[in-house]
Parts: sequence; structure tokens; C-alpha cells
Amino acid sequence: MRIQRIQTKPHLDESEQVDLSLLVPLVQQYKNKRGNTIPLLQGIQNAYGFIPIPAMEWVAENTGLKLSDMYGVASFYAQFRLKPVGKIIVKVCHGTACHVQNATAITEALEEELGVKDGETTVDRVFTLESVACLGCCSLAPVMMIGDNTFGKLTGKQAKEVIRDIREKENGSGCEH
Amino acid sequence: MANKQVIVGLGSCGLAAGAGKVFDAIESIKKEKNLDFDLKKTSCIGMCFREPLVEVIDETGSYIYGEITDVKAAEILEKHILQNSPIKEYVVKTEVFDTKDKGFFEGQIKIALRNCGYIDPESIEEYEARKGYNALKKIASEKITSEVIIQNVLDSGIRGRGGGGFPTGLKWRFAFNNKASVKYIICNADEGDPGAFMDRSVLEGDPHSVLEGMTIGAYAIQASEGWIYCRAEYPLAIKRLNIAIDQARAKGYLGNNIMGIDGFNFDIHIKEGAGAFVCGEETALMASIEGERGMPRKRPPFPAESGLWKNPTNINNVETFANIPWIIINGPSEYSKYGTEKSKGTKVFALTGKIKNGGLVEVPMGITIRDVVFKLGGGIIDDKKFKAVQLGGPSGGCIPEYLADTVVDYDSVNATGAIMGSGGMVVMDETTCMVDMARFFLDFTKKESCGKCTFCRIGTQRMLEILTRITEGNGLETDLDTLIELSNQIKNSSLCGLGQTAPNPVLTTIKYFRDEYEAHIRDKKCPAKNCKPLLKFEIIEDKCTGCMLCKKVCPVNAISGERKLAHLIDQALCTKCGMCMSKCKFVAISKS
Ligand SMILES: Cc1cc2nc3c(=O)[nH]c(=O)nc-3n(C[C@H](O)[C@H](O)[C@H](O)COP(=O)(O)O)c2cc1C
Ligand code: FES
Repeated sequence: MRIQRIQTKPHLDESEQVDLSLLVPLVQQYKNKRGNTIPLLQGIQNAYGFIPIPAMEWVAENTGLKLSDMYGVASFYAQFRLKPVGKIIVKVCHGTACHVQNATAITEALEEELGVKDGETTVDRVFTLESVACLGCCSLAPVMMIGDNTFGKLTGKQAKEVIRDIREKENGSGCEH
Repeated sequence: MANKQVIVGLGSCGLAAGAGKVFDAIESIKKEKNLDFDLKKTSCIGMCFREPLVEVIDETGSYIYGEITDVKAAEILEKHILQNSPIKEYVVKTEVFDTKDKGFFEGQIKIALRNCGYIDPESIEEYEARKGYNALKKIASEKITSEVIIQNVLDSGIRGRGGGGFPTGLKWRFAFNNKASVKYIICNADEGDPGAFMDRSVLEGDPHSVLEGMTIGAYAIQASEGWIYCRAEYPLAIKRLNIAIDQARAKGYLGNNIMGIDGFNFDIHIKEGAGAFVCGEETALMASIEGERGMPRKRPPFPAESGLWKNPTNINNVETFANIPWIIINGPSEYSKYGTEKSKGTKVFALTGKIKNGGLVEVPMGITIRDVVFKLGGGIIDDKKFKAVQLGGPSGGCIPEYLADTVVDYDSVNATGAIMGSGGMVVMDETTCMVDMARFFLDFTKKESCGKCTFCRIGTQRMLEILTRITEGNGLETDLDTLIELSNQIKNSSLCGLGQTAPNPVLTTIKYFRDEYEAHIRDKKCPAKNCKPLLKFEIIEDKCTGCMLCKKVCPVNAISGERKLAHLIDQALCTKCGMCMSKCKFVAISKS
């Protein structure tokens, strides 16, 4: 299923600078359009990978939306993250078909491999492990999705191997994190 | 001589199985050897269990090859394209000779899926070549009025495919009768049921059919603007919809004075969902388009009176819209000849779970569940025992094997306590624990409850706690009664369908599999051997060779024993991870 949506403590790390200039075109595009809250939040998330509070504040100020409304929407939908995530998001499907085909084993294997619990990010901020509902490839259950790549008919072992492969590539290419 | 065609299925399922690589391989071989054939793309034809699929069409007919790798693709190009001899053992479907998967297509009637897997979804010309936009052209040239269209839809008997099953024609009539100057039409592509992918396949495989259906709907109810609310988890569907909308605008199927009909102006926007199951509910969906938290609103007023931004709005499901052009072209009686008395036409199902032929099927209403599972689905994986099917996802219920002769129509399925739902059909075998299934769905609805109604918010939490406790072996004698009581309260005190149906998975499993609940509660046993805390792993002394492998893999050092002597599992330490059993080469470990 979706990752737990209630993240009561938003990320407030003072040391991290938020480049607000990224938001200018976004605000221009959506200002004064009705129903713009979700596209604005999606835009913020596209710019930073998550929704930093200062960015939300800035957008609220410059569009006339209420910060509380924006926060309400951001915390309602599973898509929005109020915390930074890893560079690579590993989505393990826990839809019905995948559950029946033992998706739990996949998540457990990945938890072991990555050393984090479901919904968490590795310390080096490379991987975030999360559970999602049906990815629409049920006939290939159990399934996980990394970036645009979907991996089907998995076993725990294969899932671990996929992660190891990616790690190797990351290290090879001198990952910036 | 006409060119041969090679068509690769590039739907999400195909891509997940590696169809992208196959396509690239074929493309490069074609270039390298300068082969003479047309290379095309299409989407999911429904045979997800044989992906990646490659179709070759030559003078003798069509041959669909299954489970293709780049190596096999090269072989096919060599033998079939160059030497004109199809490779029989790879073919999964053809009219020319029998294949072992023939049964999968027998009994299917493709209306909503008429083009899926047959056309390139990114080509409007291919859609047009298969009678696409003919319905719209017919309306323009024969000057068919809104009333007549609505009557046609009504006469076809089609009911909403999003799960509710409300007659579409009637809904259109309500919206038509409202004479407001601004009206909207919405396509619900949120497809939240975790285990269903019918709508995704239609959107990825034949987006124009949905656009045409919506445009006809807009003409019928006189709406000027349309929205498609699509899950963000379906990036490919969104991409193809965007392409299709641009093409339709360029060709005048969307825009002003469409098809020369004076004053018929209509355009479609896409709205990406943000991940909330409840947004599939129509009023929550509209709140979400308006940019708010997706919380359901009270009905009445119904959307036909006051919907999106308080304007009259008509909302239908993807599959519903995809059927509309076909009904207009072929006439309502052609459609209503399929089905049962009160459920007409066909229904698309996503067949998944412990089934051999998992994929997408479109069958006439009235077929039995058993036929779907065994004739089309090919039966249960490893020929295990068929236990139940789950219909309707988190709002639905489990239908046990002994009721598998229930026919697929709204009323017969409702009579079992399940619902038809949007078309997810998850097949379960003897290794699926029904209590765990109920717990799974409650976990889902608990997380997805928007929190507005107290009973839905807290009641689902309480039910989940009870179910979890049962699967952990701590269930109480009174738990079943408490569950039933809570279920009825949640059903009666929730505003929207989410809460009203959330207890269904629990109620149906208690009704049909009470003995499994009782085994968990009284005997602390899981008959399906699924619930870990209730399992016991033991080493079978006679079979154990003392190879020490299990001892090595056990993560908690619960296994002891000397080389060449039978080992022993310390039950107090065992965490029931099952690692030893999966590693043992001598089948010397039992699970009970
Ligand atoms: C919790 C909940 C989730 C729903 N999810 C969907 C969905 O994902 N797709 C859909 O078409 N209808 C869904 N519906 C049904 C819609 O509210 C609505 O009835 C439907 O879109 C109407 O279209 P139809 O008449 O063509 O079926 C859902 C209803 C509820 C209560
Ligand atoms: S349930 Fe996992 S892809 Fe559908």
C-alpha cells in the first residue's frame, strides 16, 4: 500500500538552502488559475524531489493561497513528500495480486539489503524504500518499480540483486551523494 | 505482395517483461540486414502471462509469438520473415493452427477492448482505420439529436463500469435535463482497486476510444469541457492521452464547431491524481480537481445538479466511455444482445492471482466465474486447489469455489455479498489464507479512509486490530461477533462508498470461511499455512542428512546439530522466516 501519509514532523533542516528561484516559472504558470493547489505542489516536488516548507511558504505568499490549505492538501495525498527522499525510489507493489504472490517477502528482502525499514531512506540518501498499491502489472506479480523500470515475477533474491547492480553502477559513476 | 508486418506489444506489462529490448533488437536487425517488413508498436492485447508478445502478419494470417526474448526475436525474423516458415512452438495465438493458449480467447467478445493490441495507440490514423471517430461522423452527418443518443445508450442497457453499475443512459438524461449554461463531463481514470488494470490497458491501448466516448457524451448532455482524472501511477497512459488529445484537436474532433456541428464546442483536459484511493469516489474526485483535499461530499445534490465548481457534471468510468462509440455505430440492440436480463453487454476483467493465464479478458455478462477461471484463465497455477475469487477489490468480497457457477452480472454477484466492482478478479488457491486477505483489505481501507466519518476512520482501525490479532494467534472467542457488529455500524454510518463497503471483505470471508477464522482463534492454526506466527517449522529426522545448510542460513541461530546427524529447530528462538525450508535440498523441513 501507499506509504503512511501522516508525517507529522515536516523536514526543517536549516542548513539546507532552498533555491526559491526555481519556483518563479511555476507560479507564473498557475497563478490565479482555479484548482491550482495540486499542480503547484506537484511542481514544487518536481523541483526539489520533496516539498520543503520554505518553498510552500513562498508559493503561498506569491499566489495568495493559504499556507494551511496547501499543507492540508500536501499532507492528504500519498504522492506528496514532506521529507527529502533518496535519489532512487524503490517502489514495491503491495496490491492484491502482489500480496497474494507474497510481496511481503520482497519488502523484507529489500529491507535487509538496504538496511532501512519500509518508507525510509538510506543514510547515504541513495535509496528510499516504499510500498505502493497496484502498479498495473498484476500478471507479473510480485512487482517492483525503480524509476521507469518495472521488475516482474520477482523473488527476494532477485530483488536484492537488482539493488546490488544499481549500487555498483552508482559507485562506478561516482555518485554525488 | 503486401509487406509483412511485425508488431511489438509495448503496454506497461509488456515493457515490464522486457518488450522494449525486444523492439530495439528487432529494429537493429531490420536495419542491419536491410529486411523488408513494417515494424509497428501496439499495446496490451490481454495475454499478459505470455509477455513480451510479438505479432507477425503475413499473407497467410496473423501469428502472435509469446515470451519473446531478443534471441527468439532474431530467430523469428530469420525463419518467419526471411524463410516464410512460422516457428510453431513459439506461437501462442493464430487462426492458422491450434495453439495451447487457444482457450484464452474462446468466449471473449471484444467491444471495449476492440482495438487494444490491434492498433498503434499513438496513431490516430490507425484508430480511424478501425472505424474510429465514425460514431462522431455519423452523429454529424445524420444530424442525430442529443435525445436520440441518450435513448440509444439507455436502450443498449449499459451500466456504469466503474463499479456502481448505474444505468449510463439514465445518468446522461439527468445531466441533459439540467438546462444550466455550463456543464462538465468527467472521465474517472483513477482506477484505485489495487489489483485491477482494465482502465490502464484501455487508456494505453486505445485512448481515442475514450476521447470519442467523452465527446459523444458531451454532445449528448451539452457539456463544453471535459476532464480525465488519471492516476499519476500511470505515466504511460497519461503520455498517450496527451498525444491523443493533441491529435484529436488537430483533426477537429475536439475544439470549436466539432465535425461542423454548429455551436458544438468541447475540449478535454487531463488532471493527474495525487495518490488517494478515495478520489475515485465521484464527489471526492471533483474536490480533488478543484484542488482540495479529496474528501467526499454529501449527496444529494448529485453531480448532475451540482458537481464540479457547482456546475452540473456527468462522470463515467473509462470502460463505460470506451463502449459508447461502438454502441452508436452498431446500434443498441447489437450491444444488448450480449448479457443477462439486467446486465447487458460485456465486461472487462483483470485476471490475476494464482491463475495460469493472468491477463485481461472481455467476456459477455452471464458467463460463469468457473468458466472465466478455468476456460479462459487456464486454471490454477501448479494445479493447486481453487479456493475462491475476490471481486470488487477493497469494496468487494470473496466468492468461494462452491459458488463458482455464479454468473457474472451485477445482481447475481451482489447476491453473494461481493460486488461486481470495476473488474479486478483475484484468484486464490489453497495456500491463500482468507483471514489474512480480509486483514490485507482492511489495512488498505484503514489507510485510505479520508477520515471524515468517525466510523470509517476509527472503525476500520479497530477491525484491523482485531484481524491482526487473529492472524497472530491472539484472537478471542468473541472476535467474530465484534467484527460483524462493527461492520454493520461502519456500513450504516459512513457517507461514501468507501466506508459503506469497507467491511465487505470481512463479512464475506466470515460468511464463507468461518472455519478458517475459528481455526486461527481456537486451534491457533492457519489452515493455509500462511500466517507466520501460527506456523511451526520442524526438521524431519529421517530425511535430514545433516548437511548443516539450514544451520548456516538461519538468521537467528535457532538450528543446532552436528554434521551428518539430524538437526533440531529451537522453537523458542525460531522467527518462522522460512529460510531453512526454502534452502533445504532434501525437503527435510516441514511446515505446519
Ligand atoms: C471509494 C470509491 C472508489 C472508487 N473508485 C473508482 C475508480 O477508481 N474508478 C471508477 O471509475 N469509479 C470509481 N468509483 C465509482 C465512482 O464513484 C463513480 O460511481 C463512477 O466513476 C461512475 O462511473 P460509471 O457510472 O461509468 O461507473 C469509486 C467509488 C468509491 C466509493
Ligand atoms: S497488484 Fe501488484 S501490480 Fe497489480
